[in-house]
Amino acid sequence: MSEHQTHFQSPLGRVRGHGSAKSGTHHWWMQRVTSLAMLPLMIWFAFSIASKAGAPWEVVAEWIGRPFNAVLLVAMIALGFYHTASGLQVVVEDYIRPERSVMLANLAIRSVCVLLGLLAALSVLRLAI
Amino acid sequence: MANSHDAREATMIGRRTDGTIIRRPLSPHLQVYDMMQMTSALSIMHRITGTAWSLGLIFLVWWLAAAAAGPDAYASVQWFMGSFIGVIMLFGITAVAWYHTLAGLRHLMWDAGYGYDIPTTYRTGWMVIIGTGVMTVLTWIVAIIAWAS
Repeated sequence: MSEHQTHFQSPLGRVRGHGSAKSGTHHWWMQRVTSLAMLPLMIWFAFSIASKAGAPWEVVAEWIGRPFNAVLLVAMIALGFYHTASGLQVVVEDYIRPERSVMLANLAIRSVCVLLGLLAALSVLRLAI
Repeated sequence: MANSHDAREATMIGRRTDGTIIRRPLSPHLQVYDMMQMTSALSIMHRITGTAWSLGLIFLVWWLAAAAAGPDAYASVQWFMGSFIGVIMLFGITAVAWYHTLAGLRHLMWDAGYGYDIPTTYRTGWMVIIGTGVMTVLTWIVAIIAWAS
């Protein structure tokens, strides 16, 4: 160990601990990863969907059901709801007190995000398969 | 001091040099900061647009579920999306989504370690504002052309 130690945490503490949240930078990192992954998907989806404005059901259902589109849609739904739950979690943690309410609000947000995500993904798969 | 049931409150309590208990200020301190500055205004806008977009996802789920359910269910979604309130909402979601996307890109740039000086911060801030306008209008030009044809 160097004589001029610049931090107070022991090497053992660094290996064991992940800070007070016990998950280290995982939450922060996953928000960035999902945002980066969604960037091309968002641009693709925004213009695809805009070009379907007013299109009849037959056209839209066929478009959603195409394998390429269905895969990208399911990926966008999964990433989107993951990112949404993480983002809303931070908002709740910052503005809601006490901690019991924070936990309950986050559990509710997770539940809604998982259920809506599953509903959206199932809808895409039903048109694709 | 009021009774608190939140463990985080412990870090909010401090003492003056004369020993009297004081509640430490929160950051960002809303009474000190001018929240209408470009920097802080765009920062809180990122949060507001993120939360608004979360609500907007309900329309995506409704649209997909209705498309899967069949022509009748899809017709009712289409009726709502084409109504006055529907168009206003979709336009709002478009603007909010592009803002959050472009401001998110600015955040990724900061995370990578670039653009922290004040002139660059203001320049990228204006790029986000103008970019949001341009991309929103562009998306709606595509939509209106598709709708009309």
